Amino acid sequence: MPEGLDRKEVAEKRRHRLFKYLRKEVLPTAFCPGCGCGIVLNCYAHPVDELQLDPNDIVAVTGIGCSSWIPSPYFLRDTLHTTHGRPIPFATGVKIMQPEKTVVVIAGDGDLIGIGGNHLIHAARRNVDIKVFLVNNLIYGMTGGQLAPTTPLGISTTTSPHGNVEHPFEIAELIAAAGASYVARWTTYHVFPLMESMQMALTQKGFCFIEIRSQCPISYGRRVGKRTGSEALQEYKESSVRIEDATEMSPEELVGKIIIGKLVKREKEEFTDNLRKLNLELRTRKIGRGPEEWSLS
Amino acid sequence: MIEIDEELCKGCGICVDFCPLKVFETSDKINSRGYYPPLPVKEKDCVGCRLCELLCPEFSIIIINE
Repeated sequence: MPEGLDRKEVAEKRRHRLFKYLRKEVLPTAFCPGCGCGIVLNCYAHPVDELQLDPNDIVAVTGIGCSSWIPSPYFLRDTLHTTHGRPIPFATGVKIMQPEKTVVVIAGDGDLIGIGGNHLIHAARRNVDIKVFLVNNLIYGMTGGQLAPTTPLGISTTTSPHGNVEHPFEIAELIAAAGASYVARWTTYHVFPLMESMQMALTQKGFCFIEIRSQCPISYGRRVGKRTGSEALQEYKESSVRIEDATEMSPEELVGKIIIGKLVKREKEEFTDNLRKLNLELRTRKIGRGPEEWSLS
Repeated sequence: MIEIDEELCKGCGICVDFCPLKVFETSDKINSRGYYPPLPVKEKDCVGCRLCELLCPEFSIIIINE
């Protein structure tokens, strides 16, 4: 920061057109140079801007981890920064009590798949109307590069110094099979389709899940020889395969490739709708008259 | 027009590597936090595709299309 300038004064002078969605005074971000979280934040601000969503209608729920910093503190909306692995139960609670709000969960792979794996699967099964943007960097980045359930086979990490012997989760396929309304996978290189996909998720009813493959140059990149964000993005550019093309390829050809695109889009009954319907029906039956005559609703 | 907020930049070099028209070059001056921000040396080649603006993790590039 230039000498003699107040932090707030500098923040006021910044003029990116999406700065109205950001807490300017906390910029620059705390992310490492070349981190994918900033790109996800950038991509997320665009559809919110394009859809002209009312600021008071978005609730962002997040857990613990680097990518949990995307909505809290950087995104200037109501946020709920919850305990490790539990953003989905909190988000489900918000959605049940405030069904008119758009509830968005942005969290990392360690948070949503590792610690809170079951919450994620069951929210997809129930088809709760929350939008989950999973930032998947294949490692526990914030705590120093420990093995995550998404780390590929053979990669050495802090807790697997001789190489990982476990198979990783194919999380987008798992959530698609669990019954979500909309599932897609993109990388931080594919910014334009990612924004389109986020816009689709924000407008579609039901459980929407987007896996965003993101780079972690510091904790993961140095293990695989990709020490800068550019090298990782270059890899995403070269090793991504569209899902339409992947169906014609053999499993051997798909080793090491990232299948990108929309996996599932289906219409399905939504959990909070069903819950409200049932609640209304039972209360009407018990009280003996309809909700329009209740003094307390 | 390309506007760069040098104080936000962390010198990751994504804009330099991914601009389809190679508009940017790494500057040899450091900013106040010790990073080398990009310099739009071939600004007249820019067609305003906004890829750098989107790929910048720090919101430090602003493209103003006339």
